[in-house]
Amino acid sequence: MIAEIGLAALWLAAALAVLQMVSGALALRSAEGEANPLAIYARPAAVMQALLAGLAFAMLVWAFAVTDLSVKLVAANSHSMKPMIYKLTGTWGNHEGSMLLWVGVLALSGGLIALFERRLPERTMGATLAVQGFVALGFYAFLLLSSNPFERLPVPAIEGSGLNPLLQDIGLAFHPPTLYAGYVGLSVAFSLAMGALLTREVNPTFARVMRPWVLGAWVLLTFGITAGSYWAYYELGWGGWWFWDPVENASLMPWLAATALLHSVAVLAARDALRTWTIMLGVLAFSMSMLGTFLVRSGVLTSVHAFAVDPERGAFILVLLGLYIGGAFTIFALRAGAVAEGKRFSFSSREGALVFNNVMLSAILAIVLLGTLYPLVTEAFDVRVSVGPPYFNPASAMFAIPMFLVMAVGPLLRWKEDSPRRIRFEVLLLAVILIGVIGLVSFFGQFALLPLLGLGLAAALGVAAFLPLRGRKLTRVPVATWGMVLAHFGIAVSLFGMASEGAFTQERLAAVAPGGSDQVGDYTFTLQSVNPVAGPNWTAIEARIAVSRDGGTPVILTPQARNFWSPAQSTSESALLTRWDGQLYAVIGNQAADGRWQIRMWWKPFVTFIWYGGLLIALGGVLSIIGRVRVDMKRRKAVSLGDERRADLEALGTAPVPAE
Amino acid sequence: MKAKHQRLILIIAALIAIIGAGLIAAWTLRNQANYFYLPEQMAATPPAVGQAVRLGGMVRPGSLSTQADGVTVNFMVTGNTDDAFPVRYHGILPDLFVEGSGVVAEGSLGTDGVFVATNLLAKHDENYVPKELEGMGSAQAAQMAADTTIGLTQ
Repeated sequence: MIAEIGLAALWLAAALAVLQMVSGALALRSAEGEANPLAIYARPAAVMQALLAGLAFAMLVWAFAVTDLSVKLVAANSHSMKPMIYKLTGTWGNHEGSMLLWVGVLALSGGLIALFERRLPERTMGATLAVQGFVALGFYAFLLLSSNPFERLPVPAIEGSGLNPLLQDIGLAFHPPTLYAGYVGLSVAFSLAMGALLTREVNPTFARVMRPWVLGAWVLLTFGITAGSYWAYYELGWGGWWFWDPVENASLMPWLAATALLHSVAVLAARDALRTWTIMLGVLAFSMSMLGTFLVRSGVLTSVHAFAVDPERGAFILVLLGLYIGGAFTIFALRAGAVAEGKRFSFSSREGALVFNNVMLSAILAIVLLGTLYPLVTEAFDVRVSVGPPYFNPASAMFAIPMFLVMAVGPLLRWKEDSPRRIRFEVLLLAVILIGVIGLVSFFGQFALLPLLGLGLAAALGVAAFLPLRGRKLTRVPVATWGMVLAHFGIAVSLFGMASEGAFTQERLAAVAPGGSDQVGDYTFTLQSVNPVAGPNWTAIEARIAVSRDGGTPVILTPQARNFWSPAQSTSESALLTRWDGQLYAVIGNQAADGRWQIRMWWKPFVTFIWYGGLLIALGGVLSIIGRVRVDMKRRKAVSLGDERRADLEALGTAPVPAE
Repeated sequence: MKAKHQRLILIIAALIAIIGAGLIAAWTLRNQANYFYLPEQMAATPPAVGQAVRLGGMVRPGSLSTQADGVTVNFMVTGNTDDAFPVRYHGILPDLFVEGSGVVAEGSLGTDGVFVATNLLAKHDENYVPKELEGMGSAQAAQMAADTTIGLTQ
C-alpha cells in the first residue's frame, strides 16, 4: 500500500507540474496588471506539488525503514540486518531513490518560491513558475517512465542484497542531500533568470530576489563538496582529499558557476550593471547541475557514484539536458539583445575586479569541463585515456592564481571608478607578504612550485580578507560584509591546508612484525597486535598501533581491513589521529609470507585546514544571507510604515496647515 | 565610453579568456592525458621514460613475488601474445588482486625497463570495475583491451 501511495503522489505531482506550466505561461500572455482567470493556479499548483513530491519521498523512506522487500528497489539495495541509520540513508544510496530526492528538492524549492516571493511583478513570477514546472515535468517523466522507485516484485524477496559498504557511513546522511539541495537550488536561479529574460525585467529588484537563492544553493554546494572531500579522504584509505574524479568534478563545476553568479548578482543588485552576464551565468550554473546529474546518473562513468548502468536512462537524461540547456540558450540568444544596457563602470573599480574574477572562474570551469569530457570524447574514437592531476592542477592554477591576486585587492576598490593609487599601501603590503612567505619557505627546503605559490597566496589572502575592515568601526560593519570577510578568509585557510598537505606530507610504507616499530615525521609507531573483530554486517582484522610524538604518551590507533558479506566486498578503514597542526593517517594492508604486516602511515601537516576553510566559506555565505534578509525585512517594514503614514494623511483629508 | 562599447569589450575579454582556456586545455591534454597500453604495445613502442600511462592486462600466474622489504611487489603482465611486461609496485595491493586476474597499472616506465606502478586498479566488486576491465573474464581481458585500443600506438 505504501508504495502505491508514493507512486500515486508522484503521478499527481506530475499532473500539477503541467497545470503550473500552463497557468504560468498564461500569466505571461496577459498584459501587466490584468489578471488572467487561469493564471491564479500557478502558485497553488507549485505548493501542492511540493507537498506531493515530499509525500512520495516520505513513502520511500518508510519502505526502506521497514525493509519492505516486495519493493524491488528495497530488495536490491537494502538488507534487514543493516543498522537503522543506514537503512534510512540507503533510501538515496541508489539511482531511483537519489533521483526521487532530486525531484523532491526541486518541487520543494518551487513550492517555497511560489509561497513566499511577493516582490516580483506577477508576469515575471508566472514565467518563472512556468519554467520551474517545465523543468520538474521532465524529471517526473524520467522517474515515472524509466526509473520508477516504487516498482513491486512479483514475488517478494526473502532478503535484500544490501548496500555498497563504502556507502555505509554517516557521510551518506549528509553529503548527497546537501549536494542535491545545492544543485537543485540553482534551478530556482535558472527559472528566475528565464522569467526575467522573458519579461525583460532584469533589474536590481530581480537581483535581490535571486540573490538569497543563489547564496543558499552555493552554501549547500560548498558544504556538500567539503563533506564529500573529507568522506573520500577517510573512507577510501588512499590518503588523498581530491582525486579530480569525474564525479567530483561534476559537483565542482556548478560550484564554480554559482560562485561567479553570486558575485555577478551582487553587482546587479548594488549597481544595476552586468545584466545579461548575470542571466547567462544563471543558465550556465543550472546547466552544470544537470550535466553533473547526467554524468553521474547515466552510467557513462564508472565510479562508486554511478549506480545505474542503463543506456536508456542515459539517453533520457541527455535528451532532457539538450532540451533545457538548448532551449535556455536559444531564448537567451533571442532575448539578450532586448535587455536594456546596465550602468557603466571603469576597469579599475570593484565591478571591474568582480568581472575579471568572473571571467577567471569561467575559464577554470572550461578547463574542468574539457578535462572531464575529454575521455568520453576519445572513447567514441576507441582511444582510452584518463585525465588526472597532471592536467587539472597546472591548467586550473594558471587561471586560479591571477584570480586570487585580484580577489585580494578587489574588495578594497570603490564601486564605479577608483584610482589604483589610493590602495597602493595595501597592494605593497600584500606583495611583501606574498614574496616574503615564498622566499622564507623556499629557503628552508625544496618544494614543488604549486604548493609554494599556494603557501604565499594563502598568507597574503589571509591578511587581505580583513583589510576591508580597516578604518571601520567593527560594531557597525554590516553582517553581509562580515560574511564576505569570513568567506574570503576561508579560501585562504583552505588554500593553506592544500598547500601544506602538498608541500610537507610525509609518508612511510613498511612491513612491520607485531612488536616492531617504525618512524614517520615526528612520530614513532609500534604495531602491538593484529586481531580479528566483527561488526553488525562485517568482519575485519584490526591492527593496534601505538603512536607517540617525540617520545610522548602513546596513543592507540586501530585501522581495519573490513570484509562485508552482503554484498561481498572489502574496504579499508583508516585510523586518524587529529592534532591542531595536522593529522596522522594509518592504513593496514596485507600480511606478508613471513608474518609481517604492511602498514602505511602519513603525517599530513595542517590537512584539516582544507575542510575548516570549506566550513568557513559556507558560514560566510550563511552570514551573508542573514544580513541580506535582515536588510530586506527592514526595507519592507519601512515601506509599509511609509504607506500607512501616507494613507493616514489622506484619510485626514488635506495636509495639516502649519500654525501661523 | 559608451555602454555599448563597454558591453562589447566585456564580451571580447570573456571570449579571449574562454578560448585561451580551451587552447591551454587542448595543449595540456595532449601532453598529460594518460594513455592505455597493452604489454605487447609497451614492448614494441614504449612511451617516454617517466611519462604517465596505464598498462593493462592479466597478472601472469606464478610471477608475483614480494621483495625483502615486504611492501614492494614484482609481477608480469601478459596481453594477447606471450610477451609479458615486468611491473614493480610499492604499496598495498588491492583486496581482489590475485594472479590470473585482470589489472590496470597506473604509473610510468622506469629507466631499467620495468613499469613502475603508482596505483593498481583491480576488479573491486560486481558494481565497481575499472572501465578497461569491464565485462571480461581473466582470459578475455587482453582481447577486449586490444579491441578497444585500436589506433593507439601510431
